[in-house]
Amino acid sequence: MATSQANVFTVVSKFYDEYVTTTPQRLKIIDAYLAYIMLTGIFQFGYCLLVGTFPFNSFLSGFISCVASFVLAVCLRVQVNPQNRKDFLHISPERAFADFVFAHIILHLVVMNFIG
Amino acid sequence: MAGESNIRTALSNPAGWQSLLSFSILALAYLAAFSSRLFAVIRFESIIHEFDPWFNYRSTHHLVNYGFYNFLNWFDERAWYPLGRIVGGTVYPGLMVTAGTIHWLLNSLHITVHIRDVCVFLAPTFSGLTSIATYLLTKELWSQGAGLLAACFIAIVPGYISRSVAGSYDNEGIAIFALLFTYFLWVKSVKTGSIFWAGCTALAYFYMVSAWGGYVYIINLIPLHVFVLLLMGRFSYRIFVAYCAFFILGLVLSMQIPFVGFQPIRTSEHMASAGVFALLIAYGFLKYLHTHLSSLTKSEMRSLFVFAVAASAAAVLMAVVYLTYAGYVAPWSGRFYSLYDTGYAKIHIPIIASVSEHQPTTWVSFFFDLHVLVCTFPAGVWFCIKKINDERVFIVLYAISASYFAGVMVRLMLTLTPVVCILSAIAFSNVLERYLVDDTPKIHHIEDESEDDEEGDKRNKSKDLYDKVTKTAGKVRKIRHEPSGEPESLGGNVKTIVVMAVMMILMMFAVHCTWVTSNAYSSPSVVLASYNHDGSRNILDDFREAYYWLRQNTDDHSRVMSWWDYGYQIAGMANRTTLVDNNTWNNSHIALVGKAMSSNETRAYEIMKALDVDYVLVIFGGVIGYSGDDINKFLWMVRIAEGEHPKEIREGDYFTPQGEFRVDKAGSKTLLNCLMYKLCYYRFGEMQLDFRTPPGFDRTRNVEIGNKDISFQHMEEAYTTEHWLVRIYKVKKQDNRVRLDHTARKTDIKPKTKFTSRKSGKRKRGFIKNKMLIKKGKRPSSKNKKPSRKTSSKK
Repeated sequence: MATSQANVFTVVSKFYDEYVTTTPQRLKIIDAYLAYIMLTGIFQFGYCLLVGTFPFNSFLSGFISCVASFVLAVCLRVQVNPQNRKDFLHISPERAFADFVFAHIILHLVVMNFIG
Repeated sequence: MAGESNIRTALSNPAGWQSLLSFSILALAYLAAFSSRLFAVIRFESIIHEFDPWFNYRSTHHLVNYGFYNFLNWFDERAWYPLGRIVGGTVYPGLMVTAGTIHWLLNSLHITVHIRDVCVFLAPTFSGLTSIATYLLTKELWSQGAGLLAACFIAIVPGYISRSVAGSYDNEGIAIFALLFTYFLWVKSVKTGSIFWAGCTALAYFYMVSAWGGYVYIINLIPLHVFVLLLMGRFSYRIFVAYCAFFILGLVLSMQIPFVGFQPIRTSEHMASAGVFALLIAYGFLKYLHTHLSSLTKSEMRSLFVFAVAASAAAVLMAVVYLTYAGYVAPWSGRFYSLYDTGYAKIHIPIIASVSEHQPTTWVSFFFDLHVLVCTFPAGVWFCIKKINDERVFIVLYAISASYFAGVMVRLMLTLTPVVCILSAIAFSNVLERYLVDDTPKIHHIEDESEDDEEGDKRNKSKDLYDKVTKTAGKVRKIRHEPSGEPESLGGNVKTIVVMAVMMILMMFAVHCTWVTSNAYSSPSVVLASYNHDGSRNILDDFREAYYWLRQNTDDHSRVMSWWDYGYQIAGMANRTTLVDNNTWNNSHIALVGKAMSSNETRAYEIMKALDVDYVLVIFGGVIGYSGDDINKFLWMVRIAEGEHPKEIREGDYFTPQGEFRVDKAGSKTLLNCLMYKLCYYRFGEMQLDFRTPPGFDRTRNVEIGNKDISFQHMEEAYTTEHWLVRIYKVKKQDNRVRLDHTARKTDIKPKTKFTSRKSGKRKRGFIKNKMLIKKGKRPSSKNKKPSRKTSSKK
């Protein structure tokens, strides 16, 4: 038990070191954005547990917009990550960002319609 | 010289020729798709067909007249009397909105067309678009040549024409286009891994959701594709991006359709997609950790990885099962069970089983609808598996699942047809690519002799197209020099024969398609046609005649009872209130109508009174031999009624002791006296159709009917059309004074039997009541009668 805990701890610390040293600055910004959205999502979920989901469409649109923003940002991050260069030969970071904006336009139009 | 060479390069530029050729082929395919669906319009007229299209037409009419918001809030009080129907919330609005938009667009350009014409020609227009979408999809999957073939196939294949002839204004007409276009965009986004294409996929998916309930197929097939790719170890971040972006956008988009509502997060049919989404996120996250933890040993990493994936999959599954049991997620609906167990519907939901297009498909109809394509389609699957890649996995999965579903239900043949076209096109294009290159080296060889230097590089390009046809020595030498790319080359004769055979098959396919379209799928079924011996045509317009009669001669709010098949037509053409219609959402209401039809007149009258029925409409084909009439559907009415009222209605009562369903003298008493029988055969016994047959001979069932003297107590015949196809009866209002069924008390006083005018001879003033009239030489008549009555009762 103790060894496995230690193992997990070393893994986490190793991961943190790796992350700080190797991740480019741009990706770190995206990661900060991701952390922010995740916090918002958790907050919304906690709020709905406390208060209830009464206007269900409003709750859904709020929560789904969080999840969707998170997922889209993850997609953007995957696309601009230089390590995944070989998967996305035809997509430059600028193109990726434009796509991201396009998806967000669709998303937020729909969410505004749905939120009621 | 320079200009000339410019033209020459332009003409010999293969890319230019190719795009011109493919463009013109696509345009021709569009034209063929459009025009081959016009048989019905040319033979009959521009009219809406069948049953469901009438409802679609009626609601489109409402949309055009009252605007979009009124359409969404439309409560139709003319359907499902006395319940009514919330149309805006129970309909897939894509079809109506599409037609309405086209109508608005044309009218704002001052091209004034009636909305009916837009509706009639919508399906052919969209089948042209379908053929273009098929071309795009096949081009992504295989090659341009295969794409062109696929576009031509789908343009004329009967399996698709069956649902999209002009006038068949139904959801499927535009849904197949939406389906294929969504699949094309999905394949495109898998290939590129771009959020843009995934967003477009979600938009196309939204259109599909708005158009047809079959969108559930997409939202299960795409996750299945992703899941299979994961299992095959073909995970890449492209798939991750494509699926995640598509899923989340598609989820929130699909919830915008009022009819779908919260189903995407509440029902089991949609849970697979959410599960795969969670799984993919977990997998992607682990993969990401993996890149950062490369210092760990490989075996450690792998065990951790496998454990994490298995754990997350199990967690997702557990979560879904838990939510289902806790009631947050609805379990599978009956319609889905009936897809897995073909016997399920027959036992539990007779109303689904009663629809002919929900029956299992026969082998004949596979060949009838797809002809040669059904034979070449496995070859296409094999080619795809042989040269597998991410997107071909998709088409193979599509092929497998669609062929299963098509085997379960005739109606789902429609989803199989596009994939059969695509895969057959791949097979044909492979064959042709192999055998049609015959000409190229020959031409090249001739050129080779004349202008050797110029064509040098071209020869190098086409060296893998060489064959052994030509017998010149130089040729043979060259072949020795340059080993051909193909494993074996074939003789020119063989090639010619193969190509000719393929062309023959394709020509026969085209002939078959045209024949099937013109003979089987181009009948409006609202207007019937019969052919005389000399080939001239009779139009039987009984349906419209009857509906027009209803429209003109009945009260605006009168309620018409009929079997549910005719509900939409009555609402659409006669504009009268119906009790049940083709939107079979309320089984017990339908069962009540079924019970009224299958019980005797007195009981039926009670039900009809309770339902405020004014008119009853039945379809009777016995005079012209029309087989789709109500007597042939009658057993389903009994079965559906039995499902809800098992004490009063029993199916066994309607059969002879030998278990046959007969309408002649040997038929069961219950059948011969039930309302439906009486309504259909009222006064039919007096009608002699032919000198060879007895009066009351039913041509559909080829028997003489069993109950010829039918009289009604509570109904009266209101209208019967020219060929007796539609019979309408009026339900009488209750009498002011109900006649008692027991006999009147006997007294010595003779009751006043009949009314006689005061002015008539015996009722003059001073006349004595009940004075005996005595004729000389005779005894009073009352004593004479008594003994004779006794004798008759003894006998």
